[in-house]
Amino acid sequence: MAASKSSTPLLKDELDIVIPTIRNLDFLEMWRPFFQPYHLIIVQDGDPSKVIKVPDGFDYELYNRNDINKILGPKANCISFKDSACRCFGYMVSKKKYIFTIDDDCFVAKDPTGKEINALEQHIKNLLSPSTPFFFNTLYDPYRDGTDFVRGYPFSLREGVPTAVSHGLWLNIPDYDAPTQLVKPLERNTRYVDTVMTIPKGTLFPMCGMNLAFNRELIGPAMYFGLMGDGQPIGRYDDMWAGWCTKVICDHLGLGVKTGLPYIWHSKASNPFVNLKKEYKGIYWQEELIPFFQSLTLPKDCTTVQKCYIEISKQVKLKLGKVDDYFNKLADAMLKWIEAWDELNPSGASTGVPNGPAK
Amino acid sequence: MSQVMIKDDEVDIVIGALQSDLTSFMEEWRPVFSRFHLIIVKDPDLNGELKIPEGFNLNLYTKSDIDKLVGSSSSISFSGYSCRYFGYLVSHKKYIISIDDDCIPARDGKGQIIDAVAQHITNLTTPATPFFFNTLYDPFSKGTDFVRGYPFSLRSGVECGLSCGLWLNLADYDAPTQALKPDQRNSRYVDAVLTVPTRAMMPVSGINIGFNSELVGPALLPAFRLTKEGKLRWETVEDIWTGMCVKVVCDHLKLGVKSGLPYFCRQERGSAIESLKKEWEGVKLMEDVVPFFQSVRLSEAAVTA
Repeated sequence: MAASKSSTPLLKDELDIVIPTIRNLDFLEMWRPFFQPYHLIIVQDGDPSKVIKVPDGFDYELYNRNDINKILGPKANCISFKDSACRCFGYMVSKKKYIFTIDDDCFVAKDPTGKEINALEQHIKNLLSPSTPFFFNTLYDPYRDGTDFVRGYPFSLREGVPTAVSHGLWLNIPDYDAPTQLVKPLERNTRYVDTVMTIPKGTLFPMCGMNLAFNRELIGPAMYFGLMGDGQPIGRYDDMWAGWCTKVICDHLGLGVKTGLPYIWHSKASNPFVNLKKEYKGIYWQEELIPFFQSLTLPKDCTTVQKCYIEISKQVKLKLGKVDDYFNKLADAMLKWIEAWDELNPSGASTGVPNGPAK
Repeated sequence: MSQVMIKDDEVDIVIGALQSDLTSFMEEWRPVFSRFHLIIVKDPDLNGELKIPEGFNLNLYTKSDIDKLVGSSSSISFSGYSCRYFGYLVSHKKYIISIDDDCIPARDGKGQIIDAVAQHITNLTTPATPFFFNTLYDPFSKGTDFVRGYPFSLRSGVECGLSCGLWLNLADYDAPTQALKPDQRNSRYVDAVLTVPTRAMMPVSGINIGFNSELVGPALLPAFRLTKEGKLRWETVEDIWTGMCVKVVCDHLKLGVKSGLPYFCRQERGSAIESLKKEWEGVKLMEDVVPFFQSVRLSEAAVTA
């Protein structure tokens, strides 16, 4: 058996953990054994005068709304307010290669043997091993211990492609939409599916931002979480929007998106009636959005994520502006996001300036 | 989730017999097979009588039956693993489940036999969702559903044409992989069924499959054989070829293909290294065949399998 005893690299100087919060960060205590080596970027949503206490011993920077306004100036309104979509500000100001983002109501889950799951370690494994989007392997991720490519899998495709996104799942409260929550308020996800797989090229999926990691250098600029929350007609579609844009761009650039392990324990069921109000426009808009993304093609000269993203924003304006004026505003915000991203992350400055505290 | 009721007489279980003594195989499967009608097709190259235990409702087909039906035409060969396709041809049932004769039922954590046939039937009689990926896998399984962000218009799904199961113990690896990792055994039970998205190609293994023959039957033809095809699974690609045809057809007809549960337990047979010594064309052929399947487009006028 190949020596798989080499442990997964920590990547502690190459990965930032981005956490949006409006309440508190008590959940970090449970994650301490796994998160303490890493730098945290806390994006504080809501009232900036509230003091959010970060548990002792963590290395972090914290940004509230005042900081966002100061850093982005006139572009600040592309970052949502009163919605966890604001987390993407954390992606923008990070200087690391990898991002892991997690919600503040997500705790450490246990696998079927009772062992606590180090979700971050699994995300790192997923991101550091290739993806296989061009041909589906029936034994799922062939790079995991104890498995491989099956008979019939073309050898020329066995090197795979770089993995840009690792999408994790949730035990306990599943990520259902409001109508499903209303119909099945007591349903809990108790099934531990021991697999990671690549989502095939050309297939869209609903990307949940609760337990997500990505390679910021490969795909960062695509992870804009849109205009949600206060003053916006829609909520709870931030991660969906980012996921559809990201998947189209990954497919175009030949990058992989994995889903499956790791699981976290999702503890809080949000109020389905509140959710319904936020989602209802999204539910019928998405019937237009999905065909839009499914038929979206990017020209060959879109060779960077930024170019792809700008092209998508043009198509959004052209084709979705007529669905609702919201999409015109969203297209403009997408451009602002890319401009802000490029200003804060000038190309070539891969070492970047040392990351100091927000204030 | 309500259990879909289908009549047992809508199902045929087709077994290609590549070994003469089927006693232990049949006895292992007896609790599962006894309800159903079986079609056993003896590999026309296998000499001697088949040994089959009593108490099964079955029809046995041998070389003479095959020759009588298809003549001595050399365009379709039913020898080796391809003998089971003869079983598909003669079956009149809507659902066909096919099992290689070196597989026994898998057992769950409590040692209970997993009824793989029932799982295939469930897969085939619940909708598939090929147009959008559900991150909680099969939304029609008990205890799960579509996730937030899954478009409502796609939630009724489409009919499932093919159900591809998996293998514990000896997974379906090709000869080079098995030769490189001779001790690798698949012990990971992935408790999921999922729909393989439209336009995604996959290697369909013939070891453990179920299909709706009314929907996709004609696409399952043993058309592709290696010139030196052997009697071990890793010396064949007939099922891989057939599987790619079926997937393209399903994608075109907007039918679903599921993969995942059920698992069988596949037993040891043969030496991968011995197989490697033979001229191994399958690898090279796949490289040409795959781009063809990825780009083939069927005309609008093609509305049946």
